[in-house]
Amino acid sequence: MTAATASSTPRRFDVGRLGSRHGWTMGVWLLLLALALYWRTVPAQWGSFDVQSLAIDALPLCFAAMAQAVIVISGGIDLSIGSLMSVINVLAAKYMLADATLATTVSFRKALVIAAILVVAGALAGAFTGFLIVITRVPDIVVTLAMLFVYAGLALAILEIPGGAVPTQFLKLGTGFTGTQWLPTGLVILAGALVLVWVPLRWSRPGLALYAIGSNRNASYLSGVNVSRTRIFAYALGGAFAALGGLALTATSGIGDPLSGQYFTLNSVAAVVLGGVALTGGIGGLVGPIAAAFVLTLVKTILVIRGVDQNWAQVIQGTLIIVVVMLGALALRRREGGG
Amino acid sequence: MTAAPESFEPARSRFADVRRTLADNPAIVLVFVFVALFVLTDIVNRAQSGEPFLTAAQVSTTFLFAAPLALLAAGQTLVMLTAGVDLSVATTATAGAFMVSSYGTSGSAEAIAIAIGLGFGIGLVNGVGVGVFRVNPLIMTLGVSAVTLGGLTIYSQQRFVALVPSFVNRLGSDRFLEYVPYDLLVWAPIAALIILGLRYSGFGRLLYAVGDNPTACRLAGVRVWMVLVLVYAICGALSALAGILLVGFNNAADLGIAAPFLLPSVAAVVIGGTSILGGYGGYAGTILGALILTVLDSLLTILNASQAAKQMLYGAIILALAAIYARASSSGD
Repeated sequence: MTAATASSTPRRFDVGRLGSRHGWTMGVWLLLLALALYWRTVPAQWGSFDVQSLAIDALPLCFAAMAQAVIVISGGIDLSIGSLMSVINVLAAKYMLADATLATTVSFRKALVIAAILVVAGALAGAFTGFLIVITRVPDIVVTLAMLFVYAGLALAILEIPGGAVPTQFLKLGTGFTGTQWLPTGLVILAGALVLVWVPLRWSRPGLALYAIGSNRNASYLSGVNVSRTRIFAYALGGAFAALGGLALTATSGIGDPLSGQYFTLNSVAAVVLGGVALTGGIGGLVGPIAAAFVLTLVKTILVIRGVDQNWAQVIQGTLIIVVVMLGALALRRREGGG
Repeated sequence: MTAAPESFEPARSRFADVRRTLADNPAIVLVFVFVALFVLTDIVNRAQSGEPFLTAAQVSTTFLFAAPLALLAAGQTLVMLTAGVDLSVATTATAGAFMVSSYGTSGSAEAIAIAIGLGFGIGLVNGVGVGVFRVNPLIMTLGVSAVTLGGLTIYSQQRFVALVPSFVNRLGSDRFLEYVPYDLLVWAPIAALIILGLRYSGFGRLLYAVGDNPTACRLAGVRVWMVLVLVYAICGALSALAGILLVGFNNAADLGIAAPFLLPSVAAVVIGGTSILGGYGGYAGTILGALILTVLDSLLTILNASQAAKQMLYGAIILALAAIYARASSSGD
């Protein structure tokens, strides 16, 4: 996973450039479509409620996948995403609870201010991680592993046991719907983050720099890209998305739990791999990982609806993730062997 | 050090000399740190409770406590020498602890064999993922750990697993000749085997070679994937063994029995001077790392530090040491 060959696509198809460039991503979309069609037939009465509960389950993972995708595209990897989400989750739930004895929460307006501050804090935390990676020259994976434990400890220190509360309106952001019952508010926010942050960025100088350093660090340095600054920027953006993920956890569950983020590190990596982002960097986008996040969530949702025990669903989902990561690695190896 | 500005050269190169010596022989520093930490804990303990800490009984206890950690870190050392890392050691140890207590009725020997066999199997899965499919070791072992933990949760709901064989209990918590813990009888031969094996056996040297340059190894005809599969399997078996000692000490298996040891197992290796990038280090340093962490843990417990604070501190230690070793090795070239 270290040798970077920056060219080609995760998989070769003989249907031309479009197919070879987007084959994997199209495969993921087809898989999502197939799963969604099957999902419609599973519950006795499939309806808007199912859409809402899927959105609730998928939302935090979508943001985690976006965070991981930005960082992986820039050639890094962040193992601390899950525990950073835990930190944001407990901070939000703790500070949105106005009075523990009366169980009152702060006003919605104040909750939004807290949320905005936490997104900035997430970006700063990410920038700090990136800064550490750049100045210590220790590999990303080691630094972020250490940060994983630091943040996990921090989350426990902030809120030892699950607790806290959020205003009802804030909860509505994660669990409610906008306009029709078929459009969960969480998805609107997700789409907003994607369109307002990622789309303009993707085609601007900093966005191109992200892809450039992920593709070939030396070549981009020689072309005048400030590699260190771009790496820190990637981690900062990842931190901001992770903070949104932590807020999504808060807005969908209504409480803070110091262990809430523990599965998101692994699942975000799986979503990124499944979503067509090469772990060597420089290839992929954010939409693919979001689709993959829905695939992973749907698998578990379908299992649970079919009456499979929650723990078994976890095991099956985990096994699926391992298989996905293995296939991703295999595809990567083919590419390296062939190219 | 040729790149250093000339005006700073005398001071810098002397510093570099010292740093070089210490980087080449981390054991010197580590023994010093271990003794210093012991003395510090003694001072703190005297100040807090009036009791001395620097006693034969406490030294013995430190070794007793350090053995499971040192065994977890043993597997971790071998894996890290190949430029990998195993984040499933704690879950594998938990699996070992569960097996030994649920098969306790069919005899200690059988229970222990099943536990170690399961550990070996879990390690094998890791090894196949890393060696054959070339999945990033962190991701592979994290995934296997999550699945194993889920499996154990289901297992614990369906089976009564509270019976620890008395032999295992004795092994994990008792001492003979007043001061010698029984678990040292497990740990010491394994430690000797690993230290000598790494130095003198072909497989031991292959671990360094694979960690240093897998491509060169492959070109030299080494079947790298076989080495990797085997090293993760060995790591799994050692983790299960550590789990057996842990459950022997606690006398009851629960899902969180080994979780607090995951980070220290990485930290012990890193403190011991084994490069997380592979190809450099050894088990002797790891043993000292495990002892240091055990004393540090005692000190933090005396100081009433929470689990959260310990976790943050260990994370910071790993980061700081990785940075220091990275600097030391890059200036050595």
